[in-house]
Amino acid sequence: MNRNQLVFDKITAAIPDAIEEVLDFRGEQTLFIYQKHIKAVCQFLRDDAEMQYNMLSDVCADDMLPDYPRFAVNYHLYSIPQNHRLRLRVRVEDPDDGPETVGAIWAVATWLEMEVWDLMGVRFKNNTSLRRLFLPEDWQGHPLRKDYPLGYEDVQFSFNWENIDAKKPYAQE
Amino acid sequence: MTLLSGSDTIQELTIEELRAKVGTGMEIADAEEHMLLSMGPQHPSTHGVLRLLVELDGETVVNLAPDIGFLHTGVEKTMESKTFTKGLVLTDRMDYLSPMSNNLGYILAVEKLLGVEVPPRAQAIRVILTELARISSHLVWLGTHALDLAAMTVFLYCFREREYILDLFEMVSGQRMMVSYFRPGGLWRDLPEDFIPAVRHFLDFFPSRLADYEALLTNNPIFLNRTKGVGVISAEDAVSWGLTGPSLRASGVKWDIRKAQPYCGYEQYEFDVPTQTEGDVYSRYLCRIQEFHESLHILEQALDKLPDGPIRIDDRKIVPPPRSELGHSMEAVIHHFKLWTEGFKAPNGFVYQSVESPRGEFGVYLRGDGGPNPARVHFRAPSYVNLASLPKMAKNLFVADLVAIIGSIDIVLGEIDR
Amino acid sequence: MGVEQKLGSMGIVTYRLEDLVNWGRTNAMWPLLFGLACCAIEMMSAQASHYDASRFGMELNRPSPRQSDLMIVAGRVSRKMAPVVRRLYDQMAAPKWVIAMGDCASSGGVFNNYAIVQGVDEIVPVDVYVAGCPPRPEALINGIMTLHEKVRGEKIKDWA
Repeated sequence: MNRNQLVFDKITAAIPDAIEEVLDFRGEQTLFIYQKHIKAVCQFLRDDAEMQYNMLSDVCADDMLPDYPRFAVNYHLYSIPQNHRLRLRVRVEDPDDGPETVGAIWAVATWLEMEVWDLMGVRFKNNTSLRRLFLPEDWQGHPLRKDYPLGYEDVQFSFNWENIDAKKPYAQE
Repeated sequence: MTLLSGSDTIQELTIEELRAKVGTGMEIADAEEHMLLSMGPQHPSTHGVLRLLVELDGETVVNLAPDIGFLHTGVEKTMESKTFTKGLVLTDRMDYLSPMSNNLGYILAVEKLLGVEVPPRAQAIRVILTELARISSHLVWLGTHALDLAAMTVFLYCFREREYILDLFEMVSGQRMMVSYFRPGGLWRDLPEDFIPAVRHFLDFFPSRLADYEALLTNNPIFLNRTKGVGVISAEDAVSWGLTGPSLRASGVKWDIRKAQPYCGYEQYEFDVPTQTEGDVYSRYLCRIQEFHESLHILEQALDKLPDGPIRIDDRKIVPPPRSELGHSMEAVIHHFKLWTEGFKAPNGFVYQSVESPRGEFGVYLRGDGGPNPARVHFRAPSYVNLASLPKMAKNLFVADLVAIIGSIDIVLGEIDR
Repeated sequence: MGVEQKLGSMGIVTYRLEDLVNWGRTNAMWPLLFGLACCAIEMMSAQASHYDASRFGMELNRPSPRQSDLMIVAGRVSRKMAPVVRRLYDQMAAPKWVIAMGDCASSGGVFNNYAIVQGVDEIVPVDVYVAGCPPRPEALINGIMTLHEKVRGEKIKDWA
């Protein structure tokens, strides 16, 4: 039996209305999970004897602007015994009211969710250790969001060298 | 309560002020009796700009929290404003000890998104170069790890051999470190004529050098005392903490992406996945030492089997036309111009591709939105995930052991902070 | 030929003070052991066996800023790291010099974005810029020698 189909069937049997949509692209299966079910689905996928997704490879968020819901969080699951990779995708309507943390299921999740919070600003429920990780404490905004500017500076060439040089804040001794 | 921070001023602080100041959210067990030590970001044995906040009871580590981001480069954001080909350049600069693996992971993700497969010769060359990169990366790990544990000679030896590999990289790509040699749809150019003999020469002399390193370390009592039984993590914990690469295999989990989900034709090569059972610093050392041998083994097979043929696919929408065509074909000129000004358009969709980098699973999540730039790139950096379990490994050990553990999980800060 | 032959029987040798001091400064210029990113690996290569910067007396890295004269900013400096770099610089004892190694330290390099300081000369005064991404070890050695040349030309009236 096709593994992808098996995963779908098992989840549907265990948690009936968890799956919103199934997407197959380039041989990778993505299950869109409703936000309120994500923790239960993860717990099931790790503990079920046929699933055994014992490793959480990655958690990453995606800003789908201008689509709605704007944010999406991907969970890349991997099962070492079954040698199968699975992506769960959660659409997040309100980044301040994000999905439940899966830190109790995979220990590394707390750490991965911290990155998502810092750079994309999706707050995971019940993850108490969310904090600025990559950016200074007093940083405003979340840089990976689409509405956050890249913040580049003009490049100095010979024709605008003087212009930029006059404004450049050179350090003193 | 005293706080020794990056400056050497000692300040009297309340717990709340302290929490706000240290910024790691670490639980402090006993603020009155214990000392908080800020290790890094400028510290010779943190392998870059890692800062560790350590709570010490005497010399014993009670708790610790890593503070990262001192090298946060904004690679993921910057790549969204560049075409797929231009973004490749930034991947070199993340894991700067093995840029080839980063290139490969990213390029495979782009190719997966586009749905193309490169010719066998290009795949074999990619295997050869990533295995060389694995050796050169492990050489830096071995040299610096030994240096941290007070073995200076190994460092000098390792860098001597690494120079030879960097010369090989320079031969094919024109750059010692930041190669950007793999391109979407193939390679930048074919191997130069004297490359294969040079690699063969490397295969001839390297095993004896490897024996030298092992003679210096494997049974060295100082090294054994510093590494055996230090930083132990069980197989179950290692999987739960997402450890990958040699750090996972040292705990007894036989898992290597090259075997489990082969890419680039790794299934054609015969090699073993070395594992250990102890899960301590010494077994991580042994695992990597054995990986040297396996890499050499793969290299030998890849050189023997290296097929002839094209090194790029024949799709002019993705790969630029050869130089010779530009002189007489208007179509080639147009393709060339469009490709370098606009780039190619990728379909709407997202993929995840992972490769086995020297440090573990290097994963790339890539989303295209029909335009020439990626809509979102995310890197699953093995060092970043491996660092998460450092507090667990280092608990109740000495500060000196901390240095050994950091060396053994082989972190690269460029990749952690991205 | 040692100095005793120059001394002759008088026991006195005349020399310009600034030349003597500058000679002393260039021949024992200790860099701060401080790597940031990719360039730090090339800095290590420059000091390791193949390139061996100790041929020029420039390999003795000091992990403490208090003991070092030369800061090699090897790699990109992020906004979070910038205060740390400045503090390390402030902790070094004068006279002190700074080399911006690589494109990122010199100008921000390929990372023209929110996270990276566009040139380390915004936080510390830079004496020598070494181009390259990363510069070859030879380029770094050349950069240090260029700095030595600069130091040799310093005048007594410029000493702070």
